[in-house]
Amino acid sequence: MKYLPLLWRNLFRRKVRTIFTLLAVLVAFMLFGFLAAIEAAFGMGVELAGNERLVMIHKVSIIQLLPESYLERIRATPGVTDACSHTWFGGIYQDPKNFFMQIPVDPECMLRMYPEFILPADQKKAWIADQQGAIVGRATAAKYGWKIGDRIPIQATIWRKKDNSTNWEFNLDGIYTGAEQGTDETQFYFHYKYFDESRLFGVGNVGWYVVRIANASKAPQIAAALDSQFANSPAETKTTTEKAFVQAFANQVGNIALIVRSIIAMAFFIILLVTANTMAEAVRERTSELAVLKTLGFTDGRVLALVLVESCLIAGVGGVLGLGISGLIVPRIPTGNLLPDLYVPKGSLGLGIALVLGLGFVAGIFPALRAMRLRIVDALRRV
Amino acid sequence: MWIFSGLFQAAVVTALNLRTLTGRLAASTVAVVGMAGVVAVLVSVLSIAAGLNATMANTGSPDTAIVMRAGSDAEMTSILMHEDVVVVKDAPEIARTPAIGSLASAEMFAVVDLIKASTGTTANAPLRGVEPAAYKIRKFKMIKGRPFETGRNEVVVGQAAAAEYRGLDVGSQLKLGQNVWSIVGIFDAGGTVPDSELWCDAGVLAPLYRRGNSRQAVYVRLTSPEAFTAFKDHLTTDPRVKLKVMREQEYYAGQSQVMSGAIVFIGAVIGFLMGIGALFVAIITMYSAVASRTREIATLRALGFRGGPVVISVLVESMLLALVGGALGAAVAYFGFNGYQAATMNWQNMSSIGFAFRVTPALLALGLGWALLLGLVGGLFPAIRAMRLPIVTALREL
Repeated sequence: MKYLPLLWRNLFRRKVRTIFTLLAVLVAFMLFGFLAAIEAAFGMGVELAGNERLVMIHKVSIIQLLPESYLERIRATPGVTDACSHTWFGGIYQDPKNFFMQIPVDPECMLRMYPEFILPADQKKAWIADQQGAIVGRATAAKYGWKIGDRIPIQATIWRKKDNSTNWEFNLDGIYTGAEQGTDETQFYFHYKYFDESRLFGVGNVGWYVVRIANASKAPQIAAALDSQFANSPAETKTTTEKAFVQAFANQVGNIALIVRSIIAMAFFIILLVTANTMAEAVRERTSELAVLKTLGFTDGRVLALVLVESCLIAGVGGVLGLGISGLIVPRIPTGNLLPDLYVPKGSLGLGIALVLGLGFVAGIFPALRAMRLRIVDALRRV
Repeated sequence: MWIFSGLFQAAVVTALNLRTLTGRLAASTVAVVGMAGVVAVLVSVLSIAAGLNATMANTGSPDTAIVMRAGSDAEMTSILMHEDVVVVKDAPEIARTPAIGSLASAEMFAVVDLIKASTGTTANAPLRGVEPAAYKIRKFKMIKGRPFETGRNEVVVGQAAAAEYRGLDVGSQLKLGQNVWSIVGIFDAGGTVPDSELWCDAGVLAPLYRRGNSRQAVYVRLTSPEAFTAFKDHLTTDPRVKLKVMREQEYYAGQSQVMSGAIVFIGAVIGFLMGIGALFVAIITMYSAVASRTREIATLRALGFRGGPVVISVLVESMLLALVGGALGAAVAYFGFNGYQAATMNWQNMSSIGFAFRVTPALLALGLGWALLLGLVGGLFPAIRAMRLPIVTALREL
């Protein structure tokens, strides 16, 4: 503690340099926060997707429909505990740019299947009872200012109603929230029954099935058993784990995401390198001062510690502030509809802190070692 | 007269300054590397968006158009009945040739799951059923094998698709659902969207998808680019049909908006943040440069050199370092990423699309401009400090 004033004086020996170094570290770690957020956004929630859920799509492609009669056969397959159908509605709310997914489902089944979507019990009851009812994720509701009880008009692009109109209207009965950070809070769910009874064509067909299995380690066998049931039928199927399914999608968005990620990582390390060098330079400049300290009786270890603490202090203050600011700002960056809402994953914050300490240590250790090994005579002579 | 002496002074001080630059090499290198990083990152991220946009914008020519159902934003969600197609093909603004007749191709657009060669995961490859006029409407050149024969289960593959997916060699078989297709050729669509597609006979594809006589879009070549307005007015006012008419270029440019918007956004945020970081490093570098030259500057001032030339000399040094760094970064981006082949998702059509990164001269200029601006701002405060140095105390300093 008694060294605090000395440390303080050292830091503000060159006020401008210390402040700008601090700012450079801060910016580097804001960049790190942004990188982590982009990584999560392009990952599309792969890490959240479960292995205990399978996705069954038409073998040719996801745009082909499957008969709804498959549902009972899937549920009867050994190892399967539950299954629900989903369909891509692809409607537009007011403007084609306002993209969010709308999916007709069996409400009870869907809520069973996705326990990570949390819906208050009264809203759940209201939705199940209301055939034209719908629920939506918190993020989408907030984006368009929807409240429970609102009537939401959606223009269909694919599904015309029996009267040949494209205007579908829904009552907003509930707003769900995600159980975990990163859970998709943008989707819009409504009754499959209402959808099926009102649509002009495609009646009795669904987009894909989500299947819950009892034992995740049996996933490959169960997927194979499911697909073989429907082999050689007009609608052959392809079943994969939800994780593999999301991963395949993320891979399609693609190597772009990978490249963007490597570029940001490169950016971060360049800034880190440059900053570390600048910090080291600040110590090198003070060689003669350190010699004076040693003359006054400071031990080698103490000088080493002094220099290291100083660099860790700059890295720590700048880095933690940078991470904190990115944590605050990133979720507020308006992404429009370009990317899902950004957030800095908690795990990345831990990695960030580790990097902050690493930066402080690496930037300090070489000049600190040099300072420790310094022979007083040489150092004093240098000036 | 004082202007010339000022200029002369500035030149002298700057020259002196640059000659002593070698003494500050280590610190200057750091600033250069920082700036190189900024420009390399900014330019390479933006080159992704530029490449994607170029692929989309090159698709179609001024005299080609696409007709879909009114209210559809993409072929995927459009449907045209046989009667609609007949009305479109009869339009007098469409170019005609004796061999084919109306240069209009009523097409069907489907998506099939193929395995990506790079990752081994599935991707949504676009499978397009076309009519013979398609070859005359799009850029199309067979580079291997032959075109498909009408009425047969044969496909030709765009060159980007052939590289992107497994098992699309000429002579191999492709099993899609219960149908087996023979791959008979590979075509070059000149870096446009069809390079990522598989083409087959619309008449063969439609029944397999139970589409009967319906199609999803009609592509046409008009008699001239100017004929578009008449063509559009004609079809959108025809009471028998409800259609949407767009220039092909406009249609594809719209499709890349979401993805390229996202990339430009990411590029802008990173380029800005990194720029600020590099700016701080540049400021530190220039401050220590000024500090190490304190006595030198004071001596010059004592000899009668004015403050202005000293400011200019510091700014020139700072901008020169930025320029060297920027040029280095631009070179890294150009040699590292220009022409790099990648693929991504076209969300409107739920299909995969291949393209090449493009480091354009405009991007290089943007990168260098940003570096120069950062160099200027980074040098400003240290320069002002150099000007304000009190001569007497500065001379006394070590």
